[in-house]
Amino acid sequence: MTGFSVMKYLNLLLALPFLGLLWTPLYNRHDPVLWGFPFFYWYQFAWVPVTSALIWIVWKKGQNT
Amino acid sequence: MSTINPWALGVFVFFFAATIVVGSSIQWIRGLFHAKRDTDSHEEWSLGGREFGPWVTWFLVGGDFYTAYTVIAVPALVYAAGAYGFFALPYTIIVYPFIFLVMPKLWKIARAGGHATAADIVKARFNSRALEVIIALTGLVAVMPYIALQLIGIRTVVQALGLPGDLPLIIAFISLAAYTWLGGLHAPALTAFIKDIMIYIAVLVAVTVIPLHTGGYSALFASAAHTDTVLKTGQSLPYATLALSSALAAFLYPHTLTGILASRSADTIKQNAVFLPAYTIVLGLIAMLGFMAHAAGINTTNTSMVVPMLFQSVFPAWFAGFCLAAIAVGALVPAAVMAIGAANLVTNNLLPPQANPVRTSRIVAFIVKIGALICVLFLNAQFAIDFQLLGGVFILQTFPALILGLFRVRFSAVAMLTGWAVGTVFGVSICWMDGLKPIHPVNLGLFSGNISTGLLSLVINIAIVALVSVMAPAKQNIPANTTV
Repeated sequence: MTGFSVMKYLNLLLALPFLGLLWTPLYNRHDPVLWGFPFFYWYQFAWVPVTSALIWIVWKKGQNT
Repeated sequence: MSTINPWALGVFVFFFAATIVVGSSIQWIRGLFHAKRDTDSHEEWSLGGREFGPWVTWFLVGGDFYTAYTVIAVPALVYAAGAYGFFALPYTIIVYPFIFLVMPKLWKIARAGGHATAADIVKARFNSRALEVIIALTGLVAVMPYIALQLIGIRTVVQALGLPGDLPLIIAFISLAAYTWLGGLHAPALTAFIKDIMIYIAVLVAVTVIPLHTGGYSALFASAAHTDTVLKTGQSLPYATLALSSALAAFLYPHTLTGILASRSADTIKQNAVFLPAYTIVLGLIAMLGFMAHAAGINTTNTSMVVPMLFQSVFPAWFAGFCLAAIAVGALVPAAVMAIGAANLVTNNLLPPQANPVRTSRIVAFIVKIGALICVLFLNAQFAIDFQLLGGVFILQTFPALILGLFRVRFSAVAMLTGWAVGTVFGVSICWMDGLKPIHPVNLGLFSGNISTGLLSLVINIAIVALVSVMAPAKQNIPANTTV
């Protein structure tokens, strides 16, 4: 039962990419520029490894419970 | 475009032909290694025997999700519309948490019941023949223009090589048909490796070499100033809603679901949700090609030629030929999976039970491809693009039956049918009245802006499903093995 409720909270991690990417006012700006990329682009690119890591955490924890 | 470069053409023909030969002879090659397998069973042809492990699944799902049309259309949109064209990036990120949560459940149900299509799963859940036929027909209608777009992708690169007329397209079609007929799902699963390695080489070379020509990435964004490098006022809402609706629709298509159902285990799918986003990085870099074309001085009104023209203007002929071959092979692999997905729908869900399902599926896959070929030869490309837009609205209306059907809450088949009908009629008529645009203006006092038409009609669909389910609840006798 405790394992189940831990999983329920962990699954909330998977909501973060939706919030971070669908709320466009959060990142629709030019600055700061990184390696020539305006913020708009590198912010979205950065969500790729972050999303992978979040899914990995939920996947690993799910295998243990 | 006017003269044929023998190097470009030679390299192109070599890689394209090699892929066809390898894919077509896959069953023979497999026979050498697995002596005692029944390589002609239907599950073998249509789902690869449901035995694909993490690596093959990664290539197969990525291979049929990121198509040649993506390589041509995404940079074309960025070239024309700037930052707005990047909505494919958030779309192909948020799709993976969704896959992680939902698809292992679908896989388990499909495995337990021996289902090969979305319509099979829905039929088992709701025990309704009408719903099964509706889901199967929707999938079929939605996937047809997708196949046509792959053929258009092949035609685009062949034209870029300087070959005139429709003959190359017909040759490409015959190759595709032979490849699917002989290899079944094993053909695209294997050649997806070739496709991806070729696309990766082309894209990675492009995104390192082209900025060297054009003065680095900062110059790249500076030269694209006139198309705006951030979203303009009013573009935010369509950007986000298009990303969301595309993500929800992505794995409802028969070809993408085929890749998921062919995997070995539910854990294979979860593991893939962790590693598949690597493709998204490549997609983002591909989108950058739209800006690079501006920096390289490509000037065209035919935006689908942007990428081939860019490759040809920057690279030596032989490497441009390689890149164009990568795009053509990138069309072949998903087109085969799409034809197989469509054939599974017809064989399993529309026709009465078959004595020889493999033969039937082969014939249906062939007819589906002829349909797509006729579409490309006799109607203009814009028709396929418009039809694919409508296909996106169509396929989203199967979301409630397939995905909401996974939950313990009991929705009735009648509710699903009503929701589907209202959502489809609403979505298609709005889309039609807006002049075939993917977004629709919504004004609710405090809130106004453009919203994805597909998402809007999905919301209405779900509301109807909930309403009808409350008024006419489902009966108790739901088969026990269909909830997880």
